[in-house]
Amino acid sequence: MPEIESHDVDVVVIGAGGAGLRAAIEAKARGLRVALVCKSLLGKAHTVMAEGGAAAALGNVYPEDNWQVHFRDTMRGGKMLNNWRMAQLHAQEAPDRIRELEEWGALFDRTKDGLILQRDFGGHRYARLAHIGDRTGLELIRTLQQKAVADGVEVFMELKVLRLLHDDSGAVAGLVGYWRPSGSFVSFTTKAVVLATGGVGKSWKYTSNSWESTGDGHAMAVWAGADMIDMEAVQFHPTGMVWPLSVRGILVTEGVRGDGGVLRNAEGRRFMFDYIPPMFAAETADSEEEADKWYADHSAGRRPPELLPRDEVARSINSEVKAGRGSPHGGVFLDIASRRSAEDIRRRLPSMYHQFKELAGVDITVEAMEVGPTCHYIMGGVRVDADTTATTVPGLFAAGEVAGGMHGSNRLGGNSLSDLLVFGRRAGMGAADYVEGRSGSASVDRAAMEEVVRAATAPFERESGENPYDVQHDLQETMQSLVGIIRTGSELEEAMGKLEELEERAANVAVAGGPQYNPGWNLATDLPSMLTVSRCTTQGAIHRTESRGGHTRDDYPAPDAELGKVNFVQRVPAGGARSGGAVGTPSIRSITITPEPLPVMPDELQALFDEEAH
Amino acid sequence: MADDTTTPRADGGAGGAGGAGGAGERTVTMRLWRGDASGGDFVDYVLPAVEGEVVLDVVHRVQADLAPDLACRWNCKAGKCGSCSTEINGEPRLMCMTRMDTLPPDEVVTVAPMKTFPVLRDLVTDVSYNYEVAKRIPPFNPRPKTDDEVAAGGYRMQQIDVERSQEFRKCIECYLCQDVCHVIRDHEENKTAYAGPRFFARSAELEMHPLDATDRRELLQEEQGLNKCNITKCCTEVCPEHIKITDNAIIPLKERVVDARYDPVAWLGRKILRRTKGTAAEAAATAPAHGPAAVQPEVEVTGTPGPQHR
Ligand SMILES: Cc1cc2nc3c(=O)[nH]c(=O)nc-3n(C[C@H](O)[C@H](O)[C@H](O)COP(=O)(O)OP(=O)(O)OC[C@H]3O[C@@H](n4cnc5c(N)ncnc54)[C@H](O)[C@@H]3O)c2cc1C
Ligand code: SF4
Ligand code: SF4
Ligand code: FES
Repeated sequence: MPEIESHDVDVVVIGAGGAGLRAAIEAKARGLRVALVCKSLLGKAHTVMAEGGAAAALGNVYPEDNWQVHFRDTMRGGKMLNNWRMAQLHAQEAPDRIRELEEWGALFDRTKDGLILQRDFGGHRYARLAHIGDRTGLELIRTLQQKAVADGVEVFMELKVLRLLHDDSGAVAGLVGYWRPSGSFVSFTTKAVVLATGGVGKSWKYTSNSWESTGDGHAMAVWAGADMIDMEAVQFHPTGMVWPLSVRGILVTEGVRGDGGVLRNAEGRRFMFDYIPPMFAAETADSEEEADKWYADHSAGRRPPELLPRDEVARSINSEVKAGRGSPHGGVFLDIASRRSAEDIRRRLPSMYHQFKELAGVDITVEAMEVGPTCHYIMGGVRVDADTTATTVPGLFAAGEVAGGMHGSNRLGGNSLSDLLVFGRRAGMGAADYVEGRSGSASVDRAAMEEVVRAATAPFERESGENPYDVQHDLQETMQSLVGIIRTGSELEEAMGKLEELEERAANVAVAGGPQYNPGWNLATDLPSMLTVSRCTTQGAIHRTESRGGHTRDDYPAPDAELGKVNFVQRVPAGGARSGGAVGTPSIRSITITPEPLPVMPDELQALFDEEAH
Repeated sequence: MADDTTTPRADGGAGGAGGAGGAGERTVTMRLWRGDASGGDFVDYVLPAVEGEVVLDVVHRVQADLAPDLACRWNCKAGKCGSCSTEINGEPRLMCMTRMDTLPPDEVVTVAPMKTFPVLRDLVTDVSYNYEVAKRIPPFNPRPKTDDEVAAGGYRMQQIDVERSQEFRKCIECYLCQDVCHVIRDHEENKTAYAGPRFFARSAELEMHPLDATDRRELLQEEQGLNKCNITKCCTEVCPEHIKITDNAIIPLKERVVDARYDPVAWLGRKILRRTKGTAAEAAATAPAHGPAAVQPEVEVTGTPGPQHR
């Protein structure tokens, strides 16, 4: 058994994206010993890639904006599946969280009055996104990183956490992981853990997410016995790059369509006119002439069908490709070159111009882009208490993309960055309150720890076995083709079968080389998380027999009012992974799924929606 | 298998390389440094050429097909996180932003770890030096809000005043500038008393930040080795964010330090001057800053610059 380095702290925050950094700052401010742990170097987490901005009803551009309007936009965007209390806290607190960043050194773009400038985004009634050009995520992460370092948060970077450990009472009291550079093992005993591990996109073939998005936090929560909700709710952004290989999945901003870009199939047809659903027919143009008038003057015509909601557009692209009218590399064409002057394009879409020029060798002022749906964000996640971010397992808290509820079945652009700040802070407070109210020191079972280490090093012991990259590849193919943007019962069942095969294959991978900075081994230790999350998403998708937000069922194309009142809750039954610090390989095949009613919105908030109906 | 009958083409431009089409499979040869702190060597990997790839894609294919334990860092694959810094054909560059078809076609592509930092394994280096320097930079220290700002709910700053610092905040911390700077690249012993271009840019950002109230000049000169930089501009040349590190950060810092060394009044004068230049409207907007409430915080920090940093 290799040596296990050990640490003892009050709070471990797993994840150094926006949510984790904000949580660590808050817990540290309470005078606790805080360890911030992340898989990559500090400052490289996925949050750094966010571009557009952070949504907050500051009212700097439209004074009539306020939290109630933001709240309503968020709930409607999520098709009312959101946890109302989270959406309320988010809308109420986001402005203070943004202003606080400024006090910590962030430099947002300014209005003429010298205040924080805000920009328009889909689904937001008013210009609401605080931003810095198109690099808002970088500003956010750097500001928080510098603040955390200045405050003395202890950072453990390039350390991958494998598993959470329980004490005898069933509370989370520790964890085990390894340093990626050396491959040596580390354990923490801690009074509380905050999960802030981000998303899951890496289980799909085409994704805007980085290698880190393997759903480790989601999986660790499942294994620890926590409740998960809405895991079927995955957002596919309609326009990711599809070609060349180097950029497959990278995002193409909706702004291209907002600024006049249109979608065409291989025959050059603006196919979106063929896909206008009855529900939106009244507000959508039915001819190119009418649609084209709208850009210059919104009252001269109805909206172009290219600007239908994300799920509609993604579905239509999918149908065109399936019908054999796609572009050479399996997407469709997004054409702005024939519609706007080169000068206009460069001025309004500088980063897109640069992205295609440098990465694809495509001049978007001359040629059309090839685009297709890309896996972007998971709305589902760990079930939390809105005020404290406490999960259903004592001592375990969750914030950011890993937590479920805030965004319902579909997230609005810009609402993630503000979510990270609002609930990152609340997670730090929730964990600190819990630690202060807890007596005694944390302790975990040494044998449990050793079992995790043994399982992690097993791939080195196997003489022969599969290459983990092959298993990952097949998983991505499976999720992409069977649990993608459009789902259907038979394919989801087929996916479940394939996942079981993949689980067996993953248990038998072998890796070459030693433990020091070995990506093959690192991937082998990511596979259990990816498989657990994929299973949750697939199982959730099978049970949600309706189409809602990010979840689309070909065989149940309409929303079902009854299903709109429930969360699908998944958990490993108690007595499994959770009891007495036992670990082993928790049987994810025993995950159960049950519909449970959504929290009921109080009348005064419900009234915001009723008013609108009149 | 490195039988590269190199037929250098006149153009190194886009569209040259790549494309498995035509007669016979085209291949690429990647010469990657393999090893660790105790030593290592270059190893050649030959793969089929695939159209449109960047260096990082080919390195990933080496991992998936030929050497699963090959170590490299990356995250965003879009030039936004600064993880994938290496030396490609001898030049400090991001692997994810270097297209294969911009490199000389039919020639071996050499990828080595950054030379200035100790090797951990293969293409991955120990960049902790940079994180240590970052810890020693005195944190952002904002002046208090004026009454008007408290009422408005946030600081007032004009776009023109924030733009100078915004340039430096584009930094993705790739440390390529640190890698190329000869002061530490060729002189390990300098590392203890040299912050390097990335952190000169960070100090410049804070010096020019409209709200920051700390005087950083003595520290820059005495502990961060600003005087050791001899303005070769190599750092500016390699910056993937095109930050003008030398012209916009280092030279202005040197001027501040040399001109008015330890002269708090001159330093304060420059801050105020900067804050009030601009259009008449802006001058009006910042006018309250001359009132007692706002001047006070700036005066406070002009006392003794030294002790505040320790
Ligand atoms: C291209 C792109 C653009 C976007 N633009 C916007 C936008 O404009 N506005 C907006 O609101 N949202 C945007 N989003 C969404 C938003 O960026 C993410 O949802 C958000 O950054 C997630 O933050 P997080 O703090 O939850 O996690 P992340 O930033 O993903 O960080 C996760 C952290 O957890 C760590 N971690 C994970 N597993 C482990 C483990 N096992 N052990 C140790 N550490 C671990 C990682 O190392 C990392 O530090 C965008 C997303 C993408 C992909
Ligand atoms: S200009 Fe100065 S900081 Fe930049 S590389 Fe040259 S010596 Fe180093
Ligand atoms: S200043 Fe430029 S080269 Fe230096 S670390 Fe920042 S982005 Fe990289
Ligand atoms: S991977 Fe992020 S900069 Fe290259």
